[in-house]
Amino acid sequence: MRWLTALLLAATFAASAPARAATELTFYYPIAVGGPLTKVIDGYAREFEKTNPDVKVNPIYAGNYDDARIKALAALKAGQSAPLSVLFSIDLYELLEQDAIIAWDDIATTAEDKAWLKSFYPALMSNGTYKGKVYGIPFQRSTIVLYWNKEAFKEAGLDPEKPPANWNEMTQMASKLTKRDASGNVSRWGVMVPSTGYPYWMFQAFARQNGQDLMNRDGNATNYAHPDVVAALQYWRDLGVKHKVMPEGTVEWGTLRQAFLEGKTAMMWHTTGNLTAVKDSAKFPFGVAMLPASKQRGSPTGGGNFYVFKKTTPAERKAALEFVKFMTQPERAADWSMATGYVAIRPDAYTTPKLKQYAAEFPPAVVARDQFEYSTPELSTFQTGRVRKLLDDAIQATLTGQKQPAEALKAAQDEADRLLKSYR
Amino acid sequence: MRHVYGWLLLTPAAILLIAFTHYPAAATLLDSLFTTGTVVRPSRFVGLANYAALADDPIFWQVLRNNAWFALGTIPTAIAIALVMALWVNTRLPARALVRMAYFTPTILPMIAVANIWLFFYTPQIGLIDQFRAMFGAASHNWLGDPSTVLGATMVMVVWKEAGFFMIFYLAALQSLPPELEEAGRIEGASRWTFFWRVTFPLLMPTTLFVLVNATINSFKLVDHLFILTKGGPDNASSLLLYYIYQVAFSFFETSYAATLTSVLLALLATLALLQFALLEKRVHYR
Repeated sequence: MRWLTALLLAATFAASAPARAATELTFYYPIAVGGPLTKVIDGYAREFEKTNPDVKVNPIYAGNYDDARIKALAALKAGQSAPLSVLFSIDLYELLEQDAIIAWDDIATTAEDKAWLKSFYPALMSNGTYKGKVYGIPFQRSTIVLYWNKEAFKEAGLDPEKPPANWNEMTQMASKLTKRDASGNVSRWGVMVPSTGYPYWMFQAFARQNGQDLMNRDGNATNYAHPDVVAALQYWRDLGVKHKVMPEGTVEWGTLRQAFLEGKTAMMWHTTGNLTAVKDSAKFPFGVAMLPASKQRGSPTGGGNFYVFKKTTPAERKAALEFVKFMTQPERAADWSMATGYVAIRPDAYTTPKLKQYAAEFPPAVVARDQFEYSTPELSTFQTGRVRKLLDDAIQATLTGQKQPAEALKAAQDEADRLLKSYR
Repeated sequence: MRHVYGWLLLTPAAILLIAFTHYPAAATLLDSLFTTGTVVRPSRFVGLANYAALADDPIFWQVLRNNAWFALGTIPTAIAIALVMALWVNTRLPARALVRMAYFTPTILPMIAVANIWLFFYTPQIGLIDQFRAMFGAASHNWLGDPSTVLGATMVMVVWKEAGFFMIFYLAALQSLPPELEEAGRIEGASRWTFFWRVTFPLLMPTTLFVLVNATINSFKLVDHLFILTKGGPDNASSLLLYYIYQVAFSFFETSYAATLTSVLLALLATLALLQFALLEKRVHYR
């Protein structure tokens, strides 16, 4: 009988000992760009455990942004949400409506933590802030930039070091860059802006450049039908129909990089997330520039933020805070930016020796940072999936010539008003 | 006692069917009568309001229309091509195994891989199709970016993918036909055409029914390619019913409306299956 008691006692100790020593911190994260990034994340987690032996971090790769959101919300409905997740920055309102997350301000209470909350680029905070409180800490963030083929510029008699600074220049340069054969078939287009996948995102750049944001900061009103927004969509359409420097119809997001690399378009608008991939496979010298201006410059931010969930113990919240602080340290932000092409999320990351040297060797790495000054948060509202799709459909209907810009955007605005009325 | 024994034998299958087929279907039907609940606004009973909203939803009618064209475009073509291929590889050919395997290859590829390959076939200018057309001086065409060609483009890909699969069924059926029939036909002096229409094709009817039911279900079930090729665009021109259900459920999070759409899809498929069995059963010879 005594051996049994001893065994039971031993078992009790074995079971309770690690539970007392460690907090388990599971977090979901999506990956939307190429490369062996799960290894990088796992490496960060192990490194964190070295200095925080009482916390065990379980990073779980959850697919793309949609998959990650579905997994996180399904886990929430099943009553066992992960304490921490990286999710799309624009999922904020959906998560708020599900009452799933809490503000970082509520956990970060010391003076040092409060200073940390202010250490990021303000441009990256707008998508994560609601009514003055921070819900999303920027992690993997991108923006749209213009890539240009210097060889094509030279061939067309343009200065290969001078990208277009405004819409007029872009149109004129693009028409010089568009190459047609004797029978009128195009062998190289002047510029391509992708219009599948994330048309609303690209359109936010046009609209912002024309002086307009597409939604308000409370996420309950859109601005789709403003005359300047209509004019922005008209310009996008005109690039194909009037100026004939871009293919008519929609331009595929997924194959655009290949078209640029094969020299079928001299300029493209694309995410900074493609920077490393273009750098690795371009056979010609290329440049990266800020998007051109109309009334002003402009480009939306995008990407994923850290969220902390409501159903968490104080210990988990504390561990989450420590871990996210660790993940956003300047050196780690610099390292993550070089591994991916994402922007480093705080100014002091760019003063680290590593990133300084990288930027000196490869200047395009800092274009996205310099563009922050003109950036606008990514389109996100309550009912965000539907409200966004209304705009996507209006853009595609216009680009394929089925509707006029004013008519398409007016219809989208009316429908968005109907959906958002109850949130005002 | 025999009853009990019989029910016991049925139980494992019945449990699986009820848990994973019948209960979800019934729950879906029930869900479609409620609003989508969030923590802030709990779900409440609304009767047929979701169905009224569905009747007013232009995108629903568009995806339904697209799906009808998709079915009409893919089912007969895939079946006809499958039959022709089966007849061809059932004859004495040099390297027959190789030809059969070549026809079957598209089937064993995952749809996502196929869609990624075809995405580059259809890419303007650099794609295979445009490069081929360029040899004859044709201008490049934006196959997936033009609402008038995008649905057709996805249909061609699906036929390519499906025909080889159906061919296998026809091939198996052809090989089970007794060779005496053909000898008898030859002695009677029947032309090959007559023999095919009067003997082979009627004897293949059970296979045709099977293939037809599968092709119909697939034309509503296969949407994987849309995730890669078009995301349903441009402006819903290539979207299909099931893809729209996915968008409503997981992008808009309107689970009740998604349940409503699913109920419609279920009713549609059930009706089609009943019709097929009722109408064609009479013309099918089972041995």
